[in-house]
Amino acid sequence: MQAPKWLSIERRPIPSGRTIFTVSILGIVAALIVMAIFFAAYGVSPARAYGAILHGALGNWHGFSETLRRMIPLLLIGVGLTIAFRALFWNIGAEGQLLAGAIAAAGIALFSGLPDPLLLPVMFIAAFAGGAAWGLIPALLKVKLGINDVITTLMMNYIAIYLMEWLIHGPWKGPTARGFAYTDTFARAAWLPTIYGTRIHWPTLVLGLLLALVMYMLVSRTRSGFEIRVVGENPDAARFAGISQFKTTLLVMLIAGGFAGLAGVGEVAGIHHRLLGPLNISMGYGYTAIIVAWLARRNPLAVIITSFLFAIIISGGDVIKVSLGLPFQLINVFNGLILFFLIGSEAFIRYKVSFSFRRQ
Amino acid sequence: MGWETWIITTLSRTLAYGTPLLLGTLGEIYAERSGVLNLGVEGMMIMGAYSAFTTAYITGNPWLGILVGGLIGGAFSLIHAFASVTLKANQVVSGLSLTMLGLGLSGVLGRGWEGKPLPNPIPAIVVPGLSKIPILGPILFEGQNLLVYLTIILVPLLWYILYRTRIGITVRSVGESPATADSLGIKVDRVRYLCVLVGGVLAGLAGGYLSVAYRPAWTEGMTAGMGWIVIALTIFAFWNPAHGMLGAYFFGTLYILSFRLQPWISPEFLKAMPYAFAILVLIFVSRGTLQKRMGAPAALSVPYTRGEE
Amino acid sequence: MASDGVNLSVRKGEIHCLLGENGAGKTTLMRILYGLYQPDEGEIVLNGNPVHISSPRAALSYHIGMVHQHFRLVPTLSVAENVVLGLDEGTGPFLNYRQTGKKISQIADKYGLVVDPQAKVWQLTVGQQQRVEILKALYREADILIMDEPTSVLTPQEVDQLFSTLRTLVDDGLTIIFITHKLDEVMEISDRVTILRKGKAIATVNTADTNKPQLAELMVGREVVFRLEKNEVNRGEGLLVVDDLHALNDRGLPALRGTSFDLHEGEILGVAGVSGNGQRELAEVLTGLRHASRGHVTLAGEDVTNRSAREIADASVAYVPMERKKMGTVPNMTIRENLILKSYRQRPFSHGMFLDNNAAEENARRAMSEYQIMAPSIDTAVKVLSGGNIQRVVLARELSGDPRLIIAAHPTYGLDVGATEQVRQILLAQRDRGAGVLLISEDLEEVMSMSDRIMVLFGGEVMGIVDAGGAEIEEIGLMMAGERKEEVESASTEVA
Repeated sequence: MQAPKWLSIERRPIPSGRTIFTVSILGIVAALIVMAIFFAAYGVSPARAYGAILHGALGNWHGFSETLRRMIPLLLIGVGLTIAFRALFWNIGAEGQLLAGAIAAAGIALFSGLPDPLLLPVMFIAAFAGGAAWGLIPALLKVKLGINDVITTLMMNYIAIYLMEWLIHGPWKGPTARGFAYTDTFARAAWLPTIYGTRIHWPTLVLGLLLALVMYMLVSRTRSGFEIRVVGENPDAARFAGISQFKTTLLVMLIAGGFAGLAGVGEVAGIHHRLLGPLNISMGYGYTAIIVAWLARRNPLAVIITSFLFAIIISGGDVIKVSLGLPFQLINVFNGLILFFLIGSEAFIRYKVSFSFRRQ
Repeated sequence: MGWETWIITTLSRTLAYGTPLLLGTLGEIYAERSGVLNLGVEGMMIMGAYSAFTTAYITGNPWLGILVGGLIGGAFSLIHAFASVTLKANQVVSGLSLTMLGLGLSGVLGRGWEGKPLPNPIPAIVVPGLSKIPILGPILFEGQNLLVYLTIILVPLLWYILYRTRIGITVRSVGESPATADSLGIKVDRVRYLCVLVGGVLAGLAGGYLSVAYRPAWTEGMTAGMGWIVIALTIFAFWNPAHGMLGAYFFGTLYILSFRLQPWISPEFLKAMPYAFAILVLIFVSRGTLQKRMGAPAALSVPYTRGEE
Repeated sequence: MASDGVNLSVRKGEIHCLLGENGAGKTTLMRILYGLYQPDEGEIVLNGNPVHISSPRAALSYHIGMVHQHFRLVPTLSVAENVVLGLDEGTGPFLNYRQTGKKISQIADKYGLVVDPQAKVWQLTVGQQQRVEILKALYREADILIMDEPTSVLTPQEVDQLFSTLRTLVDDGLTIIFITHKLDEVMEISDRVTILRKGKAIATVNTADTNKPQLAELMVGREVVFRLEKNEVNRGEGLLVVDDLHALNDRGLPALRGTSFDLHEGEILGVAGVSGNGQRELAEVLTGLRHASRGHVTLAGEDVTNRSAREIADASVAYVPMERKKMGTVPNMTIRENLILKSYRQRPFSHGMFLDNNAAEENARRAMSEYQIMAPSIDTAVKVLSGGNIQRVVLARELSGDPRLIIAAHPTYGLDVGATEQVRQILLAQRDRGAGVLLISEDLEEVMSMSDRIMVLFGGEVMGIVDAGGAEIEEIGLMMAGERKEEVESASTEVA
């Protein structure tokens, strides 16, 4: 496309960290402004709406605890996604991997007959394995057959959803109440401990924070991390350096899928204590985590911040519904806007646009 | 009910349910053939459903509603086109964000509209004479509506355009090898914009059909993942409108059967089939010559920049 | 200056060859004729009228058509569809397949270009695909056809078919401009030939009045080749033995057809030849990046044929590739990281699983001073560096650890004078140290002045290996253009 004469577009050789940060912030601000328009359209002053969200999500202990507990799955999945994205593996299947982990964990909790002390640890291992296995299938298809990872991971999401539906309506069906199906409640030994009075299943939170740190070290300090980065930045050079794209892709998907699986066990062992309808468990975390990872610019440590931010936003949905009578779907709109402005703003990171009114 | 009646009602429902699937797929086929992956179909469909319903409700004219649904779907798709083609952003993320936006926005706007039945839905038709044909008659010519027939007509039309006209050749070349097309003077960007627009309009029409004809009402999230099935269908159809029709009715049958066969076959199994089939198709097509013969457009989801190869 | 005052006149109804090495200016000239570039000065006169060719469409309106070296075809479309792609024909949006098919068949039959209009392009052989390209031009009523190195992808039989097609076209009144570097073809097919060298048109001669040695001499020139100051060669043990190597290129065509040579420690073996004759594939096979279908590569007595890239690098083989940004480095990563791209697995750069960033840092500092890499810091991303500095990074990395075999492909390509000088000195120093260097270069002067022995590749075969000391440039030129050494020797005795 030819740019009009009054617009000059130059490619930026390397965008500085400052540019990236500024442009990202601008993207968020743009989304905030558009949301403000929505609030105003509903007759609610934007300031009041934002104030209510912040207060509800952070201002009191109950709200803050809910924010934290929502952060947990976003953190886990987000960290895994940053690794996958670094190797250019577009994992859209975190929802399905979360569910696969949840199923595996539930299977252990309900049917394994393991002694109580072993229950939770084995559940975590099973969840990691389940999520990793779910992610490995698209990974294998990509490296062996060159099949597009976006589509396979997406399709696997729905297969996981229906798998869980089948389980809770079929072989694993528990007591049915008012037409909703779910499994039996897990035995107490399979419940994750929570911080008193809240729903924060803190072992998973600690695990998430630890994994963020570990993944950061992996990427910056280990051989595998180096290989992942080379494969993602320049596959030809990776070949030249003798790095196996095969092994690297499998590794990143193991991590991304496994972490999503861990998020799954966190939800079922920490919050619900049984299997419910799949969408009630995954709550769109798998998709929201994509924004979380993207905003964190593929830095595992930054995910701690961005996952917290998005937890606030999700909590905000409850707040505006309860306190302001606004539809909570506005939050989905907000998420969509942020994601959209983020990728739109990337054009401004890559290119420097300036207006010039001089004659060409 | 007798087995004959059972088959008739099943297939008749399949035809009805398959229509929006088919519409959405035809549109997505065009978009992807030009090289743009549109994961925003779900968002465009639901926005189409919402705007079609409200328009039909307010104006009393269901056809106007459908039209508006298509236009809104198209407007949404232009956003995706702008991000993907002009800004060369990541098409996956752009599409996903539009789905989120569409689902959220329709949920927000549609809040007051739930539970209101549409006084003037698209009427069901009985075609005199033809509906008397044994078995096929009641399936095809009794109780369907005009949109179903229009959609069926659209299939050979879109097939013909894609495979037998200059426009179709241009579209296919842009999706396979934009550099070659560009060097021959074809405006790659413009072709992609148009194809994405077609995809958006058809998705919007499909959504409109759902809320104004199939089940004339508005419910939040009423598309229920149909957009994702469309993505699977596009692959299953090998990016070919004719196969798209077969696939749409096939997937439609699976969906309807998932309810009707409930006592015997798990409905979830049938509902998961479309997605599993899509993956199987991709595996099948990944081998050598099949890739070229029936595979995805080579430049799918890759932004094109002249000179940057 | 890609083209410097080129005068070219082509007569109607003739086959006119443009002969020259890479960089001689053939590509530029041809692009001007086809409207892809605009000349800064000068004019183009067509049939007595000056014309301005501003774009390929304009060229087509003047009935100038071009058959590119890399075909502009869409594989999944049919022949007929490819032929009409991009055309605005009067019949509106609809394509009358039958009519188009008939018209194509008519043209095809007229000129003996057998092809099925309904066949999909990916099903066709390369020779057939080329015919489609020609048909595209003929369908658009071209009467001047520019062909860019058309035989580079054809088998000998296909070449014969192409030539007979060209003769038929010319009999019908078309004019053909044929770009090549192969003397055999010039002698066989052309009526006249213009030789380009370094952007200038050196001469235009009637083919009937000349011969291959004369053309070769015109092509490479008789200037005194600048000889570098270098030490006497101290040829050591045999290091690399390549025997009957066969390999395919990316398109599945044979690129190496039985290449055989040897290389000793302490010498520089230059590989001369016009690019596209197997040099790239040779370098890739030797470094483990390409599969050899036949033949053996022996390194210091050990058979390393088809070992992986990692194993070969570990066997102390260094590779300085031509594509610095695409393959030789990871442009988005820093200098420090690029320097350990190959050695990161070993001590001291990693201990077990972990990278030792301090060791990498120290290594980077040392490399930057030793190789005079100009950059703000070791953490600067490679992609902002100049070509010369990028090459310094590549050399610093590859040459660390004193490799015994160095394969350098076009090492001074695109570099400024200072960097070029430095790179050459570095390679010479390596050779003095006792490494064996395989120097692949399109710059014939560079090859002749740096090498101890010179090997010429043509069509994936070794045409001959000569001592650099006594080599005559015309001799090498002849080999580069397809003559084997024995034939060269007999020809030169004739001329003398």
